Amino acid sequence: MKDIADELSEHAFFESLNPGTIELIAGCGVNAVYKPEEMLAREGSSADELFVIRKGRVALLMHSTERGSLQVETLDAGDVLGWSFLVPPYRWPVEARAVQTVHVIRLDGKCLRDKCNADAELGYELMRHFAALIARRLDATRIQLLDLYGQLEQ
Amino acid sequence: MCDINRRQQDTEDVFTLDIAPPPGYPGFAPGQFNMLYVPGVGEAAISISGDPQDSYRLLHTIRAVGDVTAQLRNKDGRSHVGVRGPFGKPWPIEAARGRDLVIVAGGIGIAPLRPVLYTVLSDRAAYGNVHLLYGARTPRDILYQDELMQWHRQGEISTTITVDAAKPSWKGDVGVVTRYIGRVRVDPENTVAMICGPEIMMRYTAGELLLKGIPMRQIHVSMERHMKCAAALCGHCQFGPYFVCRDGPVFRYSDVAPLMSTAEF
Ligand SMILES: Cc1cc2nc3c(=O)[nH]c(=O)nc-3n(C[C@H](O)[C@H](O)[C@H](O)COP(=O)(O)OP(=O)(O)OC[C@H]3O[C@@H](n4cnc5c(N)ncnc54)[C@H](O)[C@@H]3O)c2cc1C
Repeated sequence: MKDIADELSEHAFFESLNPGTIELIAGCGVNAVYKPEEMLAREGSSADELFVIRKGRVALLMHSTERGSLQVETLDAGDVLGWSFLVPPYRWPVEARAVQTVHVIRLDGKCLRDKCNADAELGYELMRHFAALIARRLDATRIQLLDLYGQLEQ
Repeated sequence: MCDINRRQQDTEDVFTLDIAPPPGYPGFAPGQFNMLYVPGVGEAAISISGDPQDSYRLLHTIRAVGDVTAQLRNKDGRSHVGVRGPFGKPWPIEAARGRDLVIVAGGIGIAPLRPVLYTVLSDRAAYGNVHLLYGARTPRDILYQDELMQWHRQGEISTTITVDAAKPSWKGDVGVVTRYIGRVRVDPENTVAMICGPEIMMRYTAGELLLKGIPMRQIHVSMERHMKCAAALCGHCQFGPYFVCRDGPVFRYSDVAPLMSTAEF
């Protein structure tokens, strides 16, 4: 049977990390399954976890009085969810909900932070991965902001 | 003037006119466009969005944005419209035969790409993996959804439709279309890509395709520039050294990439 380190090493986000680093990260993880509609994270609640999505789809939602609830992004197998565990105030900026049955490795945020603080090399490697991911998501968000397919101002 | 066979409202602001071809119309290739004119108002370049093998109808999928398109919106099965065409350089379908094909559409950019899909489907075995990635604003803005999903379910064309935002009831993808390019399974060296959508979307999409290893000269984009004569005379659609009406609208990305970040004058 595959253990958590094996599963992480096959995941798109972690696959380029060396086995030693993956072992360290795997020590903070457990497998978890969420049913459709089940909430993985509530907007504003404390962000203590990083979800490594192995199967299924998660929707990120934001709520506004004017427009109600809106899905702003979906994440699938190969994605990770929850970099808020890295940066104060460690709170979820969005709600995360399973669209289909979702299989994840749930990594404990505090455990990961402690390991990063104790091992600068691990911390740097992980930060490099997150910086690349955040930069890509920021690019995507900028394109979304342009509302490119909307009606042009006349 | 040509008869309008039918008018169909596709989404809140997009409609399709099914027009009887003018006598002697030579047929069209995927990616080509017609100039549609409304007497007393003017002309607009509109891509042909139907099946190239259907010689009985010319489909045009239109979003009303200005004078001509607003008048076209009011047309129905009893009206007439002027048609000149077809114009422009088509998508390089022949170059895609025997290869994988990635088609990326944004918004109404799906319209000039649908004839490519019909052509591929008419001889599906001649192509490798065919992926369609299509980004729309919201689920209500998705064009040709039933048809696209049917082809996807039949295993003919692997399709991802994604929207920029959606109500919680939507079970599909949410996020910009460029995010999905990393996931398509193709042999990059042996892949042809075709992109149509807003210019920024095309630039980012081409960037992701290059990252995937697809050679620049195998990536093609369809450019939109304000068009008047469609005969490379008036200069309205000039784009660097090119006239979009004659040299385009389909260009190799390697030919136009340096021009694409410059604002239109
Ligand atoms: C090859 C090609 C294929 C196309 N295919 C389609 C299609 O399938 N469906 C579709 O809906 N549209 C399509 N278009 C776009 C369409 O031709 C334009 O939107 C056209 O301008 C609409 O004409 P109009 O009279 O309704 O609007 P216009 O009155 O021309 O106004 C449309 C927009 O263009 C701006 N504009 C007006 N004059 C100029 C100018 N001189 N220079 C720059 N901008 C100007 C206006 O401010 C307005 O925002 C295509 C364009 C090209 C070049």
